[in-house]
Amino acid sequence: METHAVIEAAGLAKHYGNVHALAGLDFSVERGTVLSLLGPNGAGKTTAVRVLTTRTVPDGGRARVAGYDVAAHPAQVRRRIGVTAQDVTMDGLLTGRQNLQMVGELSGLSRRAAKRRADELLERFGLAEAGGRVAKGYSGGMRRRLDLAASLVADPPVLFLDEPTTGLDPTSRAEVWGVVEDLTNRGVTVLLTTQYLDEADRLASRVVVVDHGRAIAEGTPAELKRSVGGARLHVTLSAEASQETVVSALAPYVAGTPRLSGGCVSAPVNGERGLATLVVRALDAAGLLVDDVEVRQPSLDDVFFALTGQPAAEEVVA
Amino acid sequence: MSTVERAISTTVEERRGAVSSLALSSLAARTKDVMVMTRRNLIHVFREPMQLSDVTVQPVLFTVLFVYVFGSGMSLPGGASYTDFVLAGLLTMNLVTSSMGTGVGLATDLANGIVERFRTLPMWRASALVGRTVSDLLSAAVCSAVVAAVGLVVGWRPGHNVWSVLGGFGVALLFSYALSWATACFGLLAKEPEAAMSVGFVVIFPLAFVSNALVPTLHMPSWLRVIADWNPVSSVTATVRDLFGNPNPMPPNASWPVEHPLAAALIWSVGLIAVAAPLAAFLFRRRTTD
Repeated sequence: METHAVIEAAGLAKHYGNVHALAGLDFSVERGTVLSLLGPNGAGKTTAVRVLTTRTVPDGGRARVAGYDVAAHPAQVRRRIGVTAQDVTMDGLLTGRQNLQMVGELSGLSRRAAKRRADELLERFGLAEAGGRVAKGYSGGMRRRLDLAASLVADPPVLFLDEPTTGLDPTSRAEVWGVVEDLTNRGVTVLLTTQYLDEADRLASRVVVVDHGRAIAEGTPAELKRSVGGARLHVTLSAEASQETVVSALAPYVAGTPRLSGGCVSAPVNGERGLATLVVRALDAAGLLVDDVEVRQPSLDDVFFALTGQPAAEEVVA
Repeated sequence: MSTVERAISTTVEERRGAVSSLALSSLAARTKDVMVMTRRNLIHVFREPMQLSDVTVQPVLFTVLFVYVFGSGMSLPGGASYTDFVLAGLLTMNLVTSSMGTGVGLATDLANGIVERFRTLPMWRASALVGRTVSDLLSAAVCSAVVAAVGLVVGWRPGHNVWSVLGGFGVALLFSYALSWATACFGLLAKEPEAAMSVGFVVIFPLAFVSNALVPTLHMPSWLRVIADWNPVSSVTATVRDLFGNPNPMPPNASWPVEHPLAAALIWSVGLIAVAAPLAAFLFRRRTTD
């Protein structure tokens, strides 16, 4: 019997020439949740989104979105989805308002409804001022917001966001995150692709790690981070110190044995409050001077290293 | 928070709007999509100085240049006015060259991300294609009006009544619409807009010039005259001249299209649409499927 999955991919395969962009990808997204496909460039994330949004016909496997098979009923799927593609898909010669209005009308809204909806979205995305200007002149962040707004014009129950923050400055990134969180609160089902573990951690309830067109790990962000060993502490000392001095000073605060090389100490830690302060005090009490302290969250590279024993390899897919 | 609530409440109304439009026949929905795309392209015309100049500056320039430069050295059989002779030719020539815009416009659309957006929307996919030809037809109508206005200023006088003259514009516009579908095929085959443009030049310019548009075919070398007489541009131009009531010098023992310009013009136009429109639809589908 069917589950509550709104997006389902089963054994999706797609190759371009002899490059296997998708090699049997499986995953499903429950209603009202955010699932993140996490992987490096060329892992097959974008191809997966293209298949699920009816833009690419898969060579093998099945995909259903909102109860409809994407290959058999693309028109039904298109009525239920919003898409923010990796590249900006707006008309640069139209104003922001005209772009949204056009998308609204092509989504089946009346001209008046499309106008009203365009104004609402411009307001909501902080583009009310810029709405009358030609989209070509928008900054990268504004264009991305306009793209996001366009994917919401028809108020779709299912949303696809393909690397929505790649190339954005931190402020624009935080804005996009806010929008996604707001949508999740309203029960929209979201498939989000990203190269950033922190983004998946922040937005997604489940993460599927994709490599070479297939899923290599799946779980909650917490599970995934645990598998990697969580955050690591890096301390640079002013002078070399003996192994036992450092270990005994740091033992209460770290989650494993500290590694010492030259004046640099590194150790896995649990994200404790005030950790850096405690560490510096303990080292100070042991008579050591500290040049630098950093708590580093695991990155996509760390995840890949933990899962495959290799760094995330970039592959170019045509 | 109130903005969000408002956004949600209007959304319910819009859903109803969406459902009612779905209930309309698919023809009405398709017509609406074509109108939306047409409006988009017309906004482009006004935003892109190049496109706007194609339908305004170019016809003025062509008309003035040919009437004064060519007209000063041209003597027509029977001493007919070159201005009266050439206006129909300038009309077809302007419309033929501006029909390249369809191919270039489509190639530009495909090179930009906007078609990707269209592909995720529940719209009639071919509306991007049909809307482009419709907006180019409207541009061609503006171009025709500019040619006529400049013509009247430089001394062109139609010899027939207004309905006949309008019929002449109608035949020219029908042919330009048909040619739009042909250049659409070039645009859809081209990798880049620039390639669509250069293919257009290579095909369109000989088509416009090896014809009776600017000079009578009478004195052409016989091999060239055969090409010119069978050139659809000649048939259209001869038809427009007849309908305008302007001089249309006819060579002796002329070939069939010269004897029957209206029939030839209509056959060419309808035939071109019948072949190029399905081909363009096929090419468009191929370019937007992967």
